[in-house]
Amino acid sequence: MPTYRPGPVSLVLAALVALFLLLPLLAVIPVSLTPSRMLAMPSGELSLRHYRALIEDPRWINSILLSIRIGVVSSAFSTVLALCFSLGVWMFQPRFTAALVGFVLLPMVVPPVVSAITLYFLLTSISGFSSFFGYDTWLGVAMAHAVMTVPFATVLILVSLSQLDRRIDLAARGLGATVWERATRIIMPNIKFGIVTAALLSFVLSWEEIGVTLFITSVNAITLPRLMWMGLRDNIDPAIAALSVILIVITVLVLVARGVVVRLRAAQ
Amino acid sequence: MRAYLSDRMGAALLMAPLLLFLVLAYAWPFLGVVKWSFTLPTPGLGQYNALLTDQLVQSVFIRTLRIAAIVTIVSVAAAYAITVVWVRGTPVQRVVAEFCILVPFWISVLTRAFGWVALLSNRGLINTWLQAVGFISEPLALVRNEFGVIVGMTHFLIPFAVFPLASSMRSLDDRVLLAARGLGSSRMRTFWSVFVPMTRSGIIGSALIVFVFSLGFFVTPAILGGGRSVMIAELIYLRIFQSPDWGLGAAISVVLVLFVGALMALLFRYVRPKQLV
Repeated sequence: MPTYRPGPVSLVLAALVALFLLLPLLAVIPVSLTPSRMLAMPSGELSLRHYRALIEDPRWINSILLSIRIGVVSSAFSTVLALCFSLGVWMFQPRFTAALVGFVLLPMVVPPVVSAITLYFLLTSISGFSSFFGYDTWLGVAMAHAVMTVPFATVLILVSLSQLDRRIDLAARGLGATVWERATRIIMPNIKFGIVTAALLSFVLSWEEIGVTLFITSVNAITLPRLMWMGLRDNIDPAIAALSVILIVITVLVLVARGVVVRLRAAQ
Repeated sequence: MRAYLSDRMGAALLMAPLLLFLVLAYAWPFLGVVKWSFTLPTPGLGQYNALLTDQLVQSVFIRTLRIAAIVTIVSVAAAYAITVVWVRGTPVQRVVAEFCILVPFWISVLTRAFGWVALLSNRGLINTWLQAVGFISEPLALVRNEFGVIVGMTHFLIPFAVFPLASSMRSLDDRVLLAARGLGSSRMRTFWSVFVPMTRSGIIGSALIVFVFSLGFFVTPAILGGGRSVMIAELIYLRIFQSPDWGLGAAISVVLVLFVGALMALLFRYVRPKQLV
């Protein structure tokens, strides 16, 4: 069957856009190899000193570990809450479902800066009662990240539930399965891909969250993006270039691996 | 009857934790922010009055709208160009286009803003190269101004503009396009009088998404604007943390939410939610 393909003009324009999209990602590679202490293009010799700084400077290691901890806790929390909520919506189809789902999605659609000031208000209020949970604490950041990521987890789980055949749940119900058995033995095994994706996306979103984190941390809870922000605002530190190269390489590898897996599956 | 009751109990038990969490950690503190806007520093409508009279706040609002409008037009046009190839290209073209869209999409906003700093700053790639070639003697001011902000935001928002466009291009019937070509219409004419009009809902959806996103944008303008081209979100940050004026920061946030809410209502009137994904 003939199909309608883009012509040469479309291809040239698309190539220009593709170049625009990739250019800043490529630009960080030469900067990361500069021997200079400042942001500059290397002239002549190359150096790995900024990569070494990432390993040797404890600030980078500490913030990476903190970001992982916050990401794991907030992702687990938001995935469990999103899973329970979505199961409730799917199994019981209660009244006002649309309004309730809309409410859950609010942190995703409200401008991030408004969510940031909202969470700042929350955590400074909590700080009055508790010193380990509130403004500028890792638990406070994890909770704020859970608020921001839970809409995304809910959307992913609801989408994978919407592709599930209701008749298998009806059969289980007709055979006398309890709500707990239906949820854990019938429904959840069938949407496990969606649940894992939701947890991974929540982790990634928390790992790179900066808009809200800036408002709710100052000196103690320095996540990796927060440390990068500090290095970008004051005196641009080329170690950020080295870190960026590493993050870009990881992203490319994950996407290529995913692409290969998807194509292999499709080929089978 | 018992089954009905236990159903309702089950739904309530499953849905309650998340709803409770968001009421306590999101809805309640948001009302607190609204309260700030009416009570700090003195009770009353003073902060909203200030919004209407303060020159600085107004210039920031106007700049934000101007930047958002420019970014919307440029990103939707650029996204359109690459989406055509992603959806309609040969298999190889599709893989390449998908790679170019998804890699930036998954890379954090900070890394991407930093990439533009590395390209555009005085000692960055472009200025170093232009000076080495002898094209210019003084570095061009490409960053720490509105130009840098627009470039960085456009780069961030193109992938978001792609998805609504892609879904409207996918649902388009090939045979209409082939019929237009078969009846002797040129490539250009087929594109402008058949293809583009048929993807109208995707264009509206993607423009609204980009516009709404750019109104509340914080990180990219703060880094690439270098404090000189402040947008609404950065103004809120400065009001909260630098010149402690929480009431004004809160009032700006409330206005921003109302404005974005109105735009979203518009979005759902013209485009059904399912067409967006």
